Amino acid sequence: MTPVEPLDTTTAELLERFRDGKIPGLARAISVVEGERSGFQSLLHTVMAGGPQAKRVGVTGPPGAGKSSLVAAAATSYRERDERVGVVAVDPTSPYSGGALLGDRIRMNDIAMDPGIFIRSMATRGSLGGLATTTKEVVDLMDGFGFPRVLIETVGVGQTELEITAAADTVVVVLVPESGDAIQAMKAGLMEIADIFVVNKADRPGSARLVKELRQALHLRAGSALKDIPAHHGVDLGQAMKKERTTDAPATEPEGWSVPVLTTNALTNDGVDKLLRTIDEHRSWLEESGQLEVRRRDRAEGRIRDVVNRELMRIAWRRDEVVDLLREGVEEIAGGEETPYSVARRIVEVLLR
Amino acid sequence: MSTIERELESRSELERTLRERERELADLKARLAEWEETAESTPQRETLFSTISGREVKPLYTALDRTEASDEDDLGMPGSFPFTRGPYATMYRTRLWTMRQFAGFATAEETNERYKYLLDHGQTGLSVAFDFPTLMGYDSDHPRSLGEVGVCGVAISSLADMEQLFDGIPLDQVSVSMTINGPAIILFCFYVAAAERQGVDVSELRGTVQNDILKEYQAQHAWVFPPEPALRCIVDMFEWCSENTPKYNPISISGYHIREAGATAAEELAFTLRNGFEYVERGIARGLDVDAFAPRLSFFFDVHNDFFEEIAKLRAARRIWARGMKEKYGARNPESWRLRTHCQTAGVSLTAQQAENNIVRVAYQAMAAALGGTQSLHTNSMDETLSLPTEKAVRIALRSQQILAFESGVTNTIDPLAGSYFVESLTDDLEAEALELFDEIDALGGVVPGIEQGWFQQEIAASAMRQQREVESGDRVVVGVNHFTEGSEKIEIDTLKIDPDVEKRQVAKMAAMRDDRDGARVRETLDALREACGADENVVPRILDCARAHCTLYEIRAAMEDVFGAYKEPVFF
Amino acid sequence: MSDERKIRILVAKPGLDGHDRGAKVIASAFRDAGFEVIYTGLHQTPEMIVNAAVQEDVDVVAMSVLSGAHMTLFPRVKELLDESGADHVLLTGGGIIPEDDVAALEERGIGRLFGPGTPTTAAIEYVREWFAAQNTA
Repeated sequence: MTPVEPLDTTTAELLERFRDGKIPGLARAISVVEGERSGFQSLLHTVMAGGPQAKRVGVTGPPGAGKSSLVAAAATSYRERDERVGVVAVDPTSPYSGGALLGDRIRMNDIAMDPGIFIRSMATRGSLGGLATTTKEVVDLMDGFGFPRVLIETVGVGQTELEITAAADTVVVVLVPESGDAIQAMKAGLMEIADIFVVNKADRPGSARLVKELRQALHLRAGSALKDIPAHHGVDLGQAMKKERTTDAPATEPEGWSVPVLTTNALTNDGVDKLLRTIDEHRSWLEESGQLEVRRRDRAEGRIRDVVNRELMRIAWRRDEVVDLLREGVEEIAGGEETPYSVARRIVEVLLR
Repeated sequence: MSTIERELESRSELERTLRERERELADLKARLAEWEETAESTPQRETLFSTISGREVKPLYTALDRTEASDEDDLGMPGSFPFTRGPYATMYRTRLWTMRQFAGFATAEETNERYKYLLDHGQTGLSVAFDFPTLMGYDSDHPRSLGEVGVCGVAISSLADMEQLFDGIPLDQVSVSMTINGPAIILFCFYVAAAERQGVDVSELRGTVQNDILKEYQAQHAWVFPPEPALRCIVDMFEWCSENTPKYNPISISGYHIREAGATAAEELAFTLRNGFEYVERGIARGLDVDAFAPRLSFFFDVHNDFFEEIAKLRAARRIWARGMKEKYGARNPESWRLRTHCQTAGVSLTAQQAENNIVRVAYQAMAAALGGTQSLHTNSMDETLSLPTEKAVRIALRSQQILAFESGVTNTIDPLAGSYFVESLTDDLEAEALELFDEIDALGGVVPGIEQGWFQQEIAASAMRQQREVESGDRVVVGVNHFTEGSEKIEIDTLKIDPDVEKRQVAKMAAMRDDRDGARVRETLDALREACGADENVVPRILDCARAHCTLYEIRAAMEDVFGAYKEPVFF
Repeated sequence: MSDERKIRILVAKPGLDGHDRGAKVIASAFRDAGFEVIYTGLHQTPEMIVNAAVQEDVDVVAMSVLSGAHMTLFPRVKELLDESGADHVLLTGGGIIPEDDVAALEERGIGRLFGPGTPTTAAIEYVREWFAAQNTA
């Protein structure tokens, strides 16, 4: 394997604690990766060497859908099956202050003391798409640490959170009767990302109707009638996602998995066992159909692109020359001498020299 | 004069009166305009001219601020609908407010001594402060109670503690208020069982248990069960008390904690009254006659710094309650329309800096409570931001009430501020704002959905944040804190320390009690309680049986929780 | 990116006291100061607080204690932090804490404790300064 960079002593020590199964070691490793502190790449390189092992389940949905409660309920049930669980919960960073209030642990207080559960809160730090920039890497760390199951909870601020498909093997989309009808779910691109739909707070009025609508919509999609329906703003999110996922992946929808619509009440635990069974079924299907392999390849490709992009950016903006050109360029644009395009071209030329 | 002539005569008289009135108004408007001109050309201080709740206050109020209102409909006479001027006809001319200092610390034994001291010094009612474990339904020997037993109030884990708390204080002779909510029904049963053991006629019990769970979810957070079973227990108490303890108030619907958590005066008013109406609706839904339980509903408001706004708040509260009870809920008994309230001066207004200044703050707040027509009052002690109050501080707080009642003269006449352009206009405004907030709550689907969605909590937190910003920017002057400070002064006030042995003694006492009691009886009564919780049956008699069998607070709580589940804090920011 | 390290801070409300006005105000103020604030909710035991602090790898734990149980809660959390190898974490807080107790707690390795009426900016500055000192040392 190609080495990334030599391990410095701090990172080596950290790795040792990590490999010894020390929780503070994992916690610190996450901070190093999240902050892209020195040594983070060699750390990830070492940890990921064994390839992905954990079953990664993403939970997404609009605000107020009860994602945290459902994650807590699912984690509790996994523990009852004696499965150790890692949880990553993402909350938004305030664009004004750069700070964040991470409150997802409140819902998980009942399970927080279980040594078989590790919960980490992450702030998006400017990343859009429902996850933090390094959430996928943090999941890799939990995987490498030995958690056989990792649950990922997206931000849930209402925008479409498609990033989750790049982080999870199985995506659970949680809705509640109050979050709107099936048409809205379609427009939001949720049909394209969901492996499983859950209507939570199913004791509320309107839930039966939502379940029915979702099933109808899924049925229509399966029959292709509305499969390529453009989204509200004229962007076909389904197509956009496919492009993002891979260039070579089969353009057809994976055969043989029809997206189920389940009902739960996370507070009373109703329907949670069924959800877990369905997640298992989806897993078996992923493995048997070869889709797991496809998704993992997609993820690997996506990750390489990510890492290269980020590395290029880092290289670019770290160079004084480039920063100088940027500053000069801004002045020149203000003076009407240049445009952003001509300035950018100059910068790229310098980089490629 | 013929009929027609008389008719014409009276009509022209009416027209004359109207013309007269129009002239007066025009005249007033002209004078006001003139005054405004003068005011505009006069420099004014650079400061906030708004109440602590953020309400803008005009420099001058006149008759023009209340042209629409009818005094007859809006004010009435004291003791009659809509009770704006006071719940009773003669108010303090007949009976002063009850001076009731909230007290409790360490063990039942030590608090019992403090009660006897307070009664000897002219206090006219008792008010029990429980420690946090008791407030949350934990026994003193529960692991979660560690470090908190007897610290912020008295620890009461069983009937034995309750008996000791009132040892030598006949419960048919004194009115006792108990501040407890989540496990209120259990502590109430300890109290009734203690009265039985004193040989007192239970129907003679006077007092109040706070028992207001809705504001716990909204503001204070000492909850145990989820909303629906918790509300069911409250209605069980309405029912049981109306039949067995007719002089006892089974609830004190409280704005105090809502305000202390950061709400504005209007939010305190609206949330509290809307909670009150929620309890009424629950009682009616049970099939109770509204006039059978509504007369025993009592209230508890905060009295904060803004003198006139607080007076107006209490006046508006009585009016809104009376109108709602009569017009919306169809109560026919005037006792059901009459809002009776306890007040406490605002704990959040106290400062740790220059703590003696708190005596003055409390005195002004107390005067607002008296002018607002309260039925009972707790005045905070100056040292409460430092620790539990010392005996001396409590005595000064009580003396402040006595000076107010006996020296200041404010008790000589009823509702002396009625007719004040400013106070009447504020009263109208607060009522209107509260009604608007009612509409918002209804749009959320009611009180419980509003709690589940975190709406109340967020409104309160936002108001708290606004006040914090005003104080930190220095715009809102807090004497001794952000203005008129004295550098790094040493705080020179004696503070009350709770002996760390209290916990050990209480734990030992619990162990002895557990050894002494009839274990089979404990199991039987708890099983019967579980069954009642799951059935369509009033749980009060079952809990009473548990209390008599010396089941502990936590045992009873746990049995109920087996059926009801526990409340979980909703997540929101 | 990696140039400026975010301060991660756990705001906790230990014990049975549910008065969270102060905890919420300070949590929001820390957020507005650019910190990443982990808020764990009410009624936390010292074990829960330390467990969360370790998993979240926070730099600071700030506790709000109004219940008078500070002489039990602060030392207990400090002890557990040390036991968990998190002795680098600053334990600070605020509430109704008499001066003698503040001094006693500071002697036991607990950071500054802020009394009622302290502006949130004072706590923010204190945390920033502590953090800067840690990272230059």
